[in-house]
Amino acid sequence: MVMVTYIEPNGSEQNIDVPEGWSLMQAAMSNGVDGIEAECGGSCACATCHCYVDEAWAARVPAAAENELAMLDNVAAERRPTSRLSCQIKATADLDGIVVRLPTSQS
Amino acid sequence: MDTSRIAGSASVMQPGEGPIVIVGAGQSGLQVAESLRSEGYAGQILMVGDEPCPPYHRPPLSKAYLAGEASEAQLTIRAPEALTKKRIELIAGVGVQSIDRANTLLTLGDGRKLAYAGLALATGSRARPLPVPGAGLANVFALRTLADTRRIAAALETAQRVVVIGGGFIGLEFAAVAAKQGKTVTVLEAAERLMARVVAPPVSDFYAGLHGSHGVAIELGAQVSALVGKAGEQQDVVAAVRTTDGREFAADLVIVGIGILPNSELAEAAGLACERGIVVDACSRTSDPRIVASGDCTARRLADGSLLRLESVQNAVEQGKSAAAALLGTDRPFTAAPWFWSDQYEVKLQMVGLSAGYDTVVSRGAAEDHRFSVFYFRDERLIAIDSINQPQVHMTGRKLLDKGNSLSPAQAADPAFDLATAAV
Ligand SMILES: Cc1cc2nc3c(=O)[nH]c(=O)nc-3n(C[C@H](O)[C@H](O)[C@H](O)COP(=O)(O)OP(=O)(O)OC[C@H]3O[C@@H](n4cnc5c(N)ncnc54)[C@H](O)[C@@H]3O)c2cc1C
Ligand code: FES
Repeated sequence: MVMVTYIEPNGSEQNIDVPEGWSLMQAAMSNGVDGIEAECGGSCACATCHCYVDEAWAARVPAAAENELAMLDNVAAERRPTSRLSCQIKATADLDGIVVRLPTSQS
Repeated sequence: MDTSRIAGSASVMQPGEGPIVIVGAGQSGLQVAESLRSEGYAGQILMVGDEPCPPYHRPPLSKAYLAGEASEAQLTIRAPEALTKKRIELIAGVGVQSIDRANTLLTLGDGRKLAYAGLALATGSRARPLPVPGAGLANVFALRTLADTRRIAAALETAQRVVVIGGGFIGLEFAAVAAKQGKTVTVLEAAERLMARVVAPPVSDFYAGLHGSHGVAIELGAQVSALVGKAGEQQDVVAAVRTTDGREFAADLVIVGIGILPNSELAEAAGLACERGIVVDACSRTSDPRIVASGDCTARRLADGSLLRLESVQNAVEQGKSAAAALLGTDRPFTAAPWFWSDQYEVKLQMVGLSAGYDTVVSRGAAEDHRFSVFYFRDERLIAIDSINQPQVHMTGRKLLDKGNSLSPAQAADPAFDLATAAV
């Protein structure tokens, strides 16, 4: 299990144990974390699973592929250097303790 | 049909009032439930679904799940605990059998009665059955539910020759997964090209080539006349697919993907206006002011009087949001350009708009590079875009079409023309 802290748009924090191999989107959805819509279910086709990876963790997360970068250009909320699509980040032991913040709007 | 009643006043649910019952615990039913809560409805919300599990994402069934890249738990949209947290009650594994509108009462399959103050129908759709002899043989599957896909995954383990009937999205996505697993795959398509109902020839041709390059045999103009069982002991198991021209295609596993039928019987029996689905307006209202409907089971009446049927996640989500708003007395019309995607091999197709009735098609980019887009025009106006591995074009296209902006066919074809300038 990989501990992930999600900070919801209203500021409240949820710590969730995410099974390795799951995406941060999947765990957030299943646990009812507010602030992720994930219409495409993880296909990198909707850009409604946007999150901001905490600065301290940004460098540890494997880089975004070209498809993801293109979708990130089109997220509803402000795009920042640490913006990622949570469906494209897989939980690995390396990311144990990672913190992600969710934007106020996804669509 | 009396459309004036559709536009008529809805019953307005007050916070605390209820219960609101949602029939169908799929993508759209869940959206109705969650939108009701996020819009401030505090009363009881009951979701009744005939599948024995919480709502799940269907698109990965023919993609990541079948390919073994996602588990069942990963498909779950909301786990039961998350629903409980939002005070959404889920009655799973039981269907709603009838609606008594006069007494605002539902009867469930197990005989239980449920009273409703507001009702949402989100019953989805089912696979269109193949109307030929032998369609009931073992190892012949539709791909609609998690239970279907579980059976298919098990059968695929030992099958070697796979025949897909229908060259639409689901059939082709399945073909891609099976081909990647080294199976011998044949796709039988009755039309003269793939996905003919929804895409232009350049896109059909590209996909025929793509599947061909992965060893999939594509048979166009192939009309299936019968499925044939094995000789000898296992006569009830499929052995071949026969076409009207007398050919036979050997098969250990057959997938039928020839479209879907809306689950509108419940609504029809209750006397709601139905035509190619449960008829709703842009705000998801049915002909009964206490009842809304959303998702695959609906046909949306457009301003010009025509009916639009969409079978997509976006439609399920957007109509679900509208349906919740309507139950709470608010108009939230769904007017955005429809969008859809399909994953086959490493290729992502993203579609936006409705291409039906186009008179001009223009390509941008090169199909050989597996990166191109096709722009559809009618009377010089842009109506739709299909993008292959060009998410940027797709997303810009969504903005463009949502705004009702256009560009000229010449601009669309010119790679130097910045699409974003048309979208602002
Ligand atoms: C394999 C597959 C791949 C897909 N891929 C894509 C894709 O790539 N992109 C895309 O946009 N869309 C895709 N779709 C379509 C998308 O999944 C559907 O449009 C969407 O799920 C529709 O949501 P819905 O809630 O209307 O129906 P559903 O999700 O089908 O849910 C309806 C639910 O209601 C239940 N039900 C029916 N009658 C009753 C009753 N009387 N009582 C209780 N429950 C009842 C059904 O069993 C079902 O669980 C795909 C669909 C499938 C099957
Ligand atoms: S869930 Fe759609 S892009 Fe991540």
